[in-house]
Amino acid sequence: MVRFFGFLVGLGFVGVAAWSLLWGVIAYVSEPPAETVEHRFHLHPEHVDFSFEGPLGRYDRQQLQRGFQVYKEVCAACHGLNQVAFRNLADLGYSEAEVRAIADQWQIQVPSINPETGEPAGRNPIPADRFPDPYPNETAARAANNNAFPPDLSLMAKAREGGAHYIHSLLIGYRNPPAELPEANRPGQGLYYNPYFANLNIAMPPPLTADGQVTYADGTPATINQMSTDVSAFLNWAAEPKLESRHQGGLVILIFLIFATILAYLSYRNIWAAAKRNVRATGPLDPANIARRQAAEREAGIEG
Amino acid sequence: MATVEHHEATAPAGEDGLRRRDFINIAAVSVAGVGGAALLYPLVNQMNPSADVLALAQIDVDISSIQPGQAIKTIWRKQPIFIRHLTPQEIEAANAVDVGSLRDPQTLADRTKPDKAQWLITLGVCTHLGCVPLGASEGENRGEYGGYFCPCHGSHYDTAARIRKGPAPTNLEVPEYEFMSDTAVRIG
Amino acid sequence: MSFPWAEEYRPKHPFMRWLDERLPLPRLVYGAVGGGYPVPRNLNYFWNFGVLAGVALALQIVTGIVLAMHYEANAETAFNSVEHIMRNVNQGWFLRYAHANGASFFFIVTYIHIFRGLYYGSYKAPREMVWMLGLVIFLLMMATAFMGYVLPWGQMSFWGAKVITGLFGAIPLVGEPVQQWLLGGFAPDQPTLTRFFSLHYLLPFVIFGVVVLHIWALHIPGSGNPTGVDVKSPQDTVPFHPYYTAKDGFGLGVFLILFAILLFFLPNYLGHPDNYIPANPLSTPAHIVPEWYFWPFYAILRAFTVDFILPAKLWGVLAMFASILLLFFLPWLDKSPVRSGSYRPTFRIFFWILIADVLVLGYCGGMPAEEPWVMLSQVATMYYFAHFLLILPILSMVERTLPLPNSISESVLHGEEQEAAPVGVKPATAAE
Repeated sequence: MVRFFGFLVGLGFVGVAAWSLLWGVIAYVSEPPAETVEHRFHLHPEHVDFSFEGPLGRYDRQQLQRGFQVYKEVCAACHGLNQVAFRNLADLGYSEAEVRAIADQWQIQVPSINPETGEPAGRNPIPADRFPDPYPNETAARAANNNAFPPDLSLMAKAREGGAHYIHSLLIGYRNPPAELPEANRPGQGLYYNPYFANLNIAMPPPLTADGQVTYADGTPATINQMSTDVSAFLNWAAEPKLESRHQGGLVILIFLIFATILAYLSYRNIWAAAKRNVRATGPLDPANIARRQAAEREAGIEG
Repeated sequence: MATVEHHEATAPAGEDGLRRRDFINIAAVSVAGVGGAALLYPLVNQMNPSADVLALAQIDVDISSIQPGQAIKTIWRKQPIFIRHLTPQEIEAANAVDVGSLRDPQTLADRTKPDKAQWLITLGVCTHLGCVPLGASEGENRGEYGGYFCPCHGSHYDTAARIRKGPAPTNLEVPEYEFMSDTAVRIG
Repeated sequence: MSFPWAEEYRPKHPFMRWLDERLPLPRLVYGAVGGGYPVPRNLNYFWNFGVLAGVALALQIVTGIVLAMHYEANAETAFNSVEHIMRNVNQGWFLRYAHANGASFFFIVTYIHIFRGLYYGSYKAPREMVWMLGLVIFLLMMATAFMGYVLPWGQMSFWGAKVITGLFGAIPLVGEPVQQWLLGGFAPDQPTLTRFFSLHYLLPFVIFGVVVLHIWALHIPGSGNPTGVDVKSPQDTVPFHPYYTAKDGFGLGVFLILFAILLFFLPNYLGHPDNYIPANPLSTPAHIVPEWYFWPFYAILRAFTVDFILPAKLWGVLAMFASILLLFFLPWLDKSPVRSGSYRPTFRIFFWILIADVLVLGYCGGMPAEEPWVMLSQVATMYYFAHFLLILPILSMVERTLPLPNSISESVLHGEEQEAAPVGVKPATAAE
């Protein structure tokens, strides 16, 4: 009974799927799907050698400080960093006093109240505060940015395919639209062509426009490429601040586990030592078994 | 059991061999135990105060607007802090007490910073069972000794916030703090 | 429990004897996973995965309980509370990555466990109940994982919840009320998040309960083995402890090494970047995809693109649920008396095609709904249903199987040469 009904149900699903397939094939043959414009012009992020990549990667503190400087002077006017607190900047190698000064002099105030009147007011951030948002809400952000919403950058390096590489490519990827780009996909009013962006046209004006736009405290020449790489590294830190302890802890734990597993293997072999002589793995993946099985099949085939 | 007999029959009887083999098993189990114990560390440690909580363990307070005789309440580590600007009379009253007769002998100087004897900064947590004593706000009952009074079980504190009467065992706790300037205090 | 020669529990320490007389818990453990459970001596490494799944469940429960101490099931703060765990809580990043990747490992291990059962006929009599309880666990796991993925309240959380609950909307007549009942509203929002958190916390303990039943049911006939031949004598078995505890210990070590590599060095490899964007009901991600372990079923769901009597969407939903529910009937669909695929040459070919088919389905499920992936998933869907509902029933009637060894000991004591010998022909050399 089960098999009879199973047969009917099976025929049903196979039939309907085949029916869908038939129409799919007809549609595919009659009008083959055209390559989309995004597919044709979109570029994958370029690879940059970041110090934090690889199983033992670490952040370059100097680079993070430079990247923070770029964020502060170029990005922070429009983009928030609201998962990161000023106190976290100590990770970049800033002293406690420097962190306090950075927080106190930050260009955006933390929403607060006037202690006398209770009216909304602002105060200077303290290290315990997270970076204040540049706009009070999304509507205000859109109103100030030609109806585009500058996203928060705290997790940008984890929220996009390609991570820091994507951010770097996007920042240096602005160019004139190619001549063969269809009219419908050309950047409209207030949009800029950028092949690394998902739909090719981004509302953010090119943020890094000239070498020397930022004067680095450590004297590194601030080329556009340098600034873009640095800020990408900084945003990777902002998204994954625990990367170094993860890599180091992981290595220690991995070594421990390998050691423990070797011991477990020796113990397993030891316990099975006597029984093992008589026990052979009979799994289907054992090459010896496969060979025997094939031989047996040949034999069975001849006899049958 | 068949297999056990088999084991004994086939394994060479050598004492050393058996001991070495037992050692491997014991080592494997011990290392697994160490691993399991190590795994407990993050599971336990995650309940300790997190980084954002610890960051708020230090606060700056502006004390410029507190007049002599007044006190303010503020919050530090989610606990009330009393900052009291003592009047000369209150300082005198506190210094007049015979320290040896106190339950928790401390002078006012022990409980304030040098040259800042007028600033009495204490936790607003009664040392008996943790109620918030009265006396920091205008018009509240300051108890028999003109300091703080805990309404829960009737502990009276004097103008140096020392326990004078009632069940509390010790004086109101003085937190760690330092003067950043004449008008700013950093607590914690 | 299952064999007359199972070692009886004889407590050595007076305290254990005292305890055993009052609460026979030591006896229970001894009989379940101790020296009192005789297990076929020829199990291969594929038999490690049941224990590994149990460990994965325990890890998920432990890390989940501590994460719940910091997580806030509130649509406004859920996303930030997860980031709070990642940034501020002591070793919070470790706990959260362990939980997120632990779910993936739980599914990897469970899938291998299931396919082990499919190859070696572990679903066949007398182990039908073990198989069906296992499927109940699998269904509960899928529900738990789905609701857990919603909790961080990122873009994929939100849209995943919307799409999956939308499936129920495809049911005729009652669909829409059921969908609204599930969500507690018209779209995923605060009521959805709170109930998903509650159920996500509850279901693992239900899973644990069913795992106990699964193991109980297993201990009635005892474990199967790669030959599929029944245990006949004490020579066929070894006690679970120390033989298989040692082997499982080694297997666990290998499992943890792979897990640690993923957790510490590639923690976001199996996740989707969009879930690091806070949920936004006004903006749909370019491609909504579930977590990888749902991809094969997602591909089946999307394979039905044309209305045929019923709407295409309903066909997809029916097929997706049917693709799992049909496994409950597997013991009665495949009536071959031979359990192990090792002795079923034709079955084996179809088995490996099924493996490839599910991998293809998984790949298509992770790709955007574009050609040629849709057509490919349609072909793969057809094979999936054909395999279980058409091929296996017919095959089990007509297949010529290879001769089975007389016993487990015979197959292991003389090597596999004897397996090919016709049944009834005694090997030339005696056993011992």
